[in-house]
Amino acid sequence: MLTKLTGGRVIDPEHGINDVVRDIYIRDGRIVEAPSDGKIDEEIDVRGKIIMSGAIDMHTHIGGGKVNIARTMLPEDHAESLLERTELMRSGCGHAAPSTLTTGYRYAEMGYTAGFEPAVLPINARQAHMEMHDTPIIDKGGYAMLGSDDFLLRMMAANEDQDAINNYVAWTLTHTQALGLKVVNPGGINAFKFNQRKLDLDEKNTFYNVSPREILQRLSRAVTELGVPHPLHVHGCNLGVPGNKDTTLDTIQGIEGLPMHLTHIQFHSYGTEGDFKFSSGAAEIAEAINRNKNITVDVGQILFGQTVTASGDSMRQFAGAPHAHPNKWVCMDIECDAGCGVVPFKYRDQSFVNALQWMIGLETFLMVDDPWRIFLTTDHPNGAPFTSYPHLIKLLMDKSFRNDMLSTLHPEAQQATHLASIDREYTLYDIATMTRAGAARLLGLADRGHLGVGAAADITVYTDHPDREKMFSSPDYVFKDGQMVVKNGQLIKITWGTTHVVKPQYDASIEKPLQSYFDKYHTLKMGNFKISDDEIIDDGRGSLTVQPLKQGGKL
Amino acid sequence: MTDKQSDSIFHDVASPFCGIASDDLVVEVNGNTVTVKENGDPVTRHGFESPMTDLSPRIKGQEATLDEAVSHIAALLKNSKQPLIGGMGTDLNGARAAMALADISRATIDSQFSDAAFRNILVLQDSGYMTTTLTEVRNRVDLLLVVGTDIESSFPRFFERIIWPEESMFGQQVESREIIYLGKKPSGQASTSPGGRPAEVIECDDACLPEVMSVLRALVKGKKVQAETVGGIAAADLAGIAEKLKSAKYGVITWSGFQLNYAHAEVTIQNICEMIKEINHTTRCNGLPLGGKEGDTTVNAVSSWQSGYPMRTSFSRNMPDYDPYMNRGQRMLDEGEVDVLLWVSSFNTDGRPPATDATTVVLGRSGMTFDQEPEVFIPVGVPGIDHSGRTFRCDSVVSVPLKKLRDSGLPSTYDVLTAVEQAL
Repeated sequence: MLTKLTGGRVIDPEHGINDVVRDIYIRDGRIVEAPSDGKIDEEIDVRGKIIMSGAIDMHTHIGGGKVNIARTMLPEDHAESLLERTELMRSGCGHAAPSTLTTGYRYAEMGYTAGFEPAVLPINARQAHMEMHDTPIIDKGGYAMLGSDDFLLRMMAANEDQDAINNYVAWTLTHTQALGLKVVNPGGINAFKFNQRKLDLDEKNTFYNVSPREILQRLSRAVTELGVPHPLHVHGCNLGVPGNKDTTLDTIQGIEGLPMHLTHIQFHSYGTEGDFKFSSGAAEIAEAINRNKNITVDVGQILFGQTVTASGDSMRQFAGAPHAHPNKWVCMDIECDAGCGVVPFKYRDQSFVNALQWMIGLETFLMVDDPWRIFLTTDHPNGAPFTSYPHLIKLLMDKSFRNDMLSTLHPEAQQATHLASIDREYTLYDIATMTRAGAARLLGLADRGHLGVGAAADITVYTDHPDREKMFSSPDYVFKDGQMVVKNGQLIKITWGTTHVVKPQYDASIEKPLQSYFDKYHTLKMGNFKISDDEIIDDGRGSLTVQPLKQGGKL
Repeated sequence: MTDKQSDSIFHDVASPFCGIASDDLVVEVNGNTVTVKENGDPVTRHGFESPMTDLSPRIKGQEATLDEAVSHIAALLKNSKQPLIGGMGTDLNGARAAMALADISRATIDSQFSDAAFRNILVLQDSGYMTTTLTEVRNRVDLLLVVGTDIESSFPRFFERIIWPEESMFGQQVESREIIYLGKKPSGQASTSPGGRPAEVIECDDACLPEVMSVLRALVKGKKVQAETVGGIAAADLAGIAEKLKSAKYGVITWSGFQLNYAHAEVTIQNICEMIKEINHTTRCNGLPLGGKEGDTTVNAVSSWQSGYPMRTSFSRNMPDYDPYMNRGQRMLDEGEVDVLLWVSSFNTDGRPPATDATTVVLGRSGMTFDQEPEVFIPVGVPGIDHSGRTFRCDSVVSVPLKKLRDSGLPSTYDVLTAVEQAL
């Protein structure tokens, strides 16, 4: 079966193609050359339409324990957005913490074909994969979370060499079926268990005498030396704390040129100026990002309304719990591995702090020069549900819309930003870079995020509507692995995406200390911790795609 | 997921029969006979060793093929005005299949363990909590307060595995751990330290626990209490517990929703959980709700991620509607609202369906007996014995792989329910 998309305006930043009319041919789930004999089975007229590859959400909390706590905790939020069963779709519900099925449907309807869960606790990875397995259409994957786990901190306290740490990281990535490595409040989740309430970059964990800076360096080196394509994914120290921009700037300096991805940077870009002792640090942070080419960021934009914050950062979530709305929240210490905190939250446009958070996010988007190094996220659902992406895209692409919104916000917050004077408007090419080509490159997805011959045929076709929110809410067509899954904004077919993983080599000698650690201290056997390939494939609907490593280091 | 070390001996076997899901069992299999050789206890031995009897489905008491039984169930559901999927003693994939079937047949779904589970879930949905997990407790706990629960009768290996390990990770002398029972007294000596120090026991009736917990919370907050005794307990003793909770480095308060078996026990649990939050203003303290056997935690987890809601969700409007009162399965049966009851109990022959006038279909563990023969009975495999699977522990964080130990030929709950769904 050969399908031809005729006459679309192609935007494919991976190949430097910007609004060029091209035909695209699809066979067996792949983009192929034009057939030499000219024979095609199906032709779809997309003249005048904008064609991009399927969008990739590189940071979205779609699966795992804390997300499911959020779901169970928020029946009143679901009741506002119930989804009826149809011939095609299972029923579901949820706005801030949607059910897995609804999540997959909604992403596809917006032209997204992949989403990555950024906080997979190794001990809870099995659950994260179960939930992602029940998330239709989109591809998925996860970043395993280390940095507050006692095994790593014991290794660091014992001053074990980098090879040993690399080995442990490789073992963890392999057996949790992960695509990358994440660290959340490095060492801080662990420190909270020892009753420490904050942990600055150079502050030591009282038990291990190890600092967040050291953890970041060790883990970033491990990822680099193992050749894992995605740089260490960092949720830094002091999330949400006024003045944390200095910590963030220190973190950028402290990594000493190693690749590092700073996630939801908006939450880490706060100063302490002004009457409210809360100000934007976006300009300084953006400048540091522009200067340090080893750094990538996603924004974690906040948008106004009810949502829920779900994070591995139990230390900071506990500190934020008094702001819970509605007033209920969960914090957990988890298995000498990590922790979590789930705090529902309502961002209000007439709150000085929330209005400024909105501005800080947008300032960051607009002041970071290189769209290859900044990614569009709301840290779903922490800043806002992912369903608000089309609105966010419009804010980036339409200055007058942005300034109209700005003028309705808390008046003193308006005084505290120069957002209104920023003229930049994102182009479609910038959006395609941020949400497609850049994201695929950042994650090391070899055959996604572009429209070259050989790429997976994950393709989104939009009408070039001047209202960009309308345009990105409702694509004309979405193809997933070559199959048309959305037509005129409506789902027409349910498919099941693959799980992207990396499999770095490790030396089996690491299993000796691990075996002893599990036997002595854990309540689970090491063998039962490991997630087999069969578990991902499961009932046959799942599949694994092993992404290639970069030219690696020492192992 | 089969992990055979020899023809008939399996190591590192996880038990789905108890909420702490010990996974260090050594199990021997001879034909269809399963024997726990090492690390067994009364709960796991009963779970693994119950003999297999029935091999084939029955319709109205007559032997039938699996296909006939599946078609019969599909026909019942097709004609049902209000089906109820109950029991829900199953594993991950069984729960997935039950959810898919509930969705297509517009059923209401509830678990046999919901009365207990909802004592915790209602607290989560109203005010939340701070909790911890088994490995964290094993390495950190310095004070364990057990509220209204005789742990060892339901979780025989809890103390051995969680409280009295040979060594803890952070240099703590395990022997120094302090155990206090408030409410029920322990039925055995599992809580006695390896050095022979028994737990402190401050007894009261379950009926007094709401009052006792309220006063304890008030004392923790530094409020003055006028009464000299509360529920038969000296207020000074409660003040002693309050002081210990505040001075502990890592206090853990545990309870079993199943054993706090009185009306509105969720309010007592809420008081415990709010007290824990308050203690955390100065030191660390966490809750550890015990429960979760035989798929209890698993089915609530799967239901939440697939529908947004835990058990007690109805699909009768073609979309999920959650109501912990209206959708309580037993209430619906008592009020005559259900015409077809599909009951799943794959772990335990004791998990029989309630007596009801509704037409009853049972997917049960082989060997299950009935006062009243159900319309359809299908003996299904036990997850972790007859087929591989996965189940969640009580903490709802860790899930364990369950091994296939024998080739009994029994279908899994997933197989049967998926076939019924497809027949619809």
